[in-house]
Amino acid sequence: MSSDNRPSAGVPIGAVGKHAVLIFFTALSIVPVLMILVNSFKSRRAIFSDPVAFPGPETFSLIGYHTVFVRSNFMDYYVNSLTVTVVSLVLILILATMIAFALAEYEFTGNKLLAMFFLLGIILPVRLGSVSMLQLMVSLKLVNTLAALICVYTAMGMPLAVFILTQFMRQVPREIKDAARIDGANEYRVFLLTLPTIRPAIATVAILTMIPVWNDLWFPLILAPAPETQTVTLGAASFLGQFLSDWNAVLAALSLSAGPILALYLIFSRQFLSGLTAGAVK
Amino acid sequence: MAEVSINQARKFYGTFEAVKGIDVDVADGEFVVLVGPSGCGKSTLLRMIAGLEDVSGGEIAIAKTVVNDLPPKDRGIAMVFQNYALYPHMSVRANMSYSLRLKRVPKPEINERVNRAAAILGLDDLLDRHPKQLSGGQRQRVAMGRAIVREPKVFLFDEPLSNLDAALRVQMRSEIKALHQRLGTTIIYVTHDQVEAMTMADKIVVMRDGEIEQIGEPLDLYDHPANRFVAGFIGSPAMNFMQGTVDDGVFRTSDGVEMARVGSSEATTLGVRPEHLALSDEGVPLTVEMIEPTGAETQVAGKIGSQPIVGVFRERISAWPGDMLHVRLDHEHVHLFDPGGLRVARSRSSAD
Repeated sequence: MSSDNRPSAGVPIGAVGKHAVLIFFTALSIVPVLMILVNSFKSRRAIFSDPVAFPGPETFSLIGYHTVFVRSNFMDYYVNSLTVTVVSLVLILILATMIAFALAEYEFTGNKLLAMFFLLGIILPVRLGSVSMLQLMVSLKLVNTLAALICVYTAMGMPLAVFILTQFMRQVPREIKDAARIDGANEYRVFLLTLPTIRPAIATVAILTMIPVWNDLWFPLILAPAPETQTVTLGAASFLGQFLSDWNAVLAALSLSAGPILALYLIFSRQFLSGLTAGAVK
Repeated sequence: MAEVSINQARKFYGTFEAVKGIDVDVADGEFVVLVGPSGCGKSTLLRMIAGLEDVSGGEIAIAKTVVNDLPPKDRGIAMVFQNYALYPHMSVRANMSYSLRLKRVPKPEINERVNRAAAILGLDDLLDRHPKQLSGGQRQRVAMGRAIVREPKVFLFDEPLSNLDAALRVQMRSEIKALHQRLGTTIIYVTHDQVEAMTMADKIVVMRDGEIEQIGEPLDLYDHPANRFVAGFIGSPAMNFMQGTVDDGVFRTSDGVEMARVGSSEATTLGVRPEHLALSDEGVPLTVEMIEPTGAETQVAGKIGSQPIVGVFRERISAWPGDMLHVRLDHEHVHLFDPGGLRVARSRSSAD
């Protein structure tokens, strides 16, 4: 801190310290991912004899990927995961932006109460309701369907999404909405006009809600474990056995599963461009 | 035909009364400025006219139609906001044509109306830009263009120049005035800047605490303020007020300094504008505290007795803090106020 404003020759101590900390935490999160990726291209023996080594001509092997693609329905899992994630995400974003607009824009009795209700959803862990959710899905005959997962994930993602988006909706200048109403826009159009101004918030919410959905193992396991509705995480987990684990396949599946989520992340993070609302109001 | 008549308009926020039964009549084509300190209810009143705030009591009529329960879009009004309120993701052309597109006006007509408004405001070259690529003045011009395109019966301006820098403000001020003269549309304009009010208005409505203090033409308010508040609000630098009493037809300050002959009167406050003080060889003694020459005139701040006073003189004055000047009060322009702050008429005999 103190070194920031002090002119000094060479590299100031403070900056070195800061970078050391940053590098440490970056390594902490990147190294395991890198290990997975590196080891997924190695033979089983090589994985265990030297886990940190890069694959050489001796140790290079695509056996893991071969297992994943040939001996399991990995492409189906992929499609299942993508369907569940994207549909849940779209539902969450549509519903949450509309709820947020209503909570931020209209004064009605129970407004505060409703906002608190959504806040409650952030505090209470959704997995507490697993048993009753399973019972509900059984009665609705939705067990072993992707629809079951989509319903649960949409409900699960809603509280945080509503919470964040409401805060941002409150910051949309009143005058833009007023101007739109004077111009003859109905409330749906006023709502649509506010969306571009909170685009960065929507992107944030998208990323925050998408990752846990994609990575979730729990709900696919209890609600949709059938072979035709398995998701990537569940598929990868099936290579882990009580007595024998196919580590090549596990690592390959994990490496592959990161692809789509990375792509989605890149799409949404492009929306963080600053200055999107610049020019609307002073 | 677009007169606006406001009849006993009231606005409550809970138990707080923001607008307390206001009557204003705006004639067709008139430029009316609502002016007052912040929190006086002027913006609330404008938003009530626009339909953005409910009317708690009374009636608002535009072109003889009571609009209390009409949504903003059906009132025949267009509004320009202080912070421009442009749609950030739309081009200038899209911003201006938005209301027409919502109304499903045929495309050729939209284009024609947008182009005409753009020509009036000098926006022709900017139509394809986005708001973030425009300067503050240009943005406010787009906001005005968006209003013009709708061809409203009444324009509402909510402090449109407050976000602009000083030079641009003066320029836009004359542009708005020229626009009014060109279009001849009724304008209701809210500002806290009395200079804007004085220079632009046909009629000024001075408000304070949700009530009207005085309605009148700019010079009328300047020459004959109805009370101490209006006297102090209109005019820059503000009017000087001296506390004192009238004795034998002479107003003496509380320090006993003889100010002017005013005739018999109940007045306890004498008001005189800085520009109505004149230097003289003898007269009221003024102790100089600060001198600010602006070139064209010289502003002197000082004290008469123990009471502060500001004078503006055409002459160039060479004096130093602590020096004594003598001033005469321009007899015609002395204002008297009673203890309640209301204007007291001077008796005829003393006026001459």
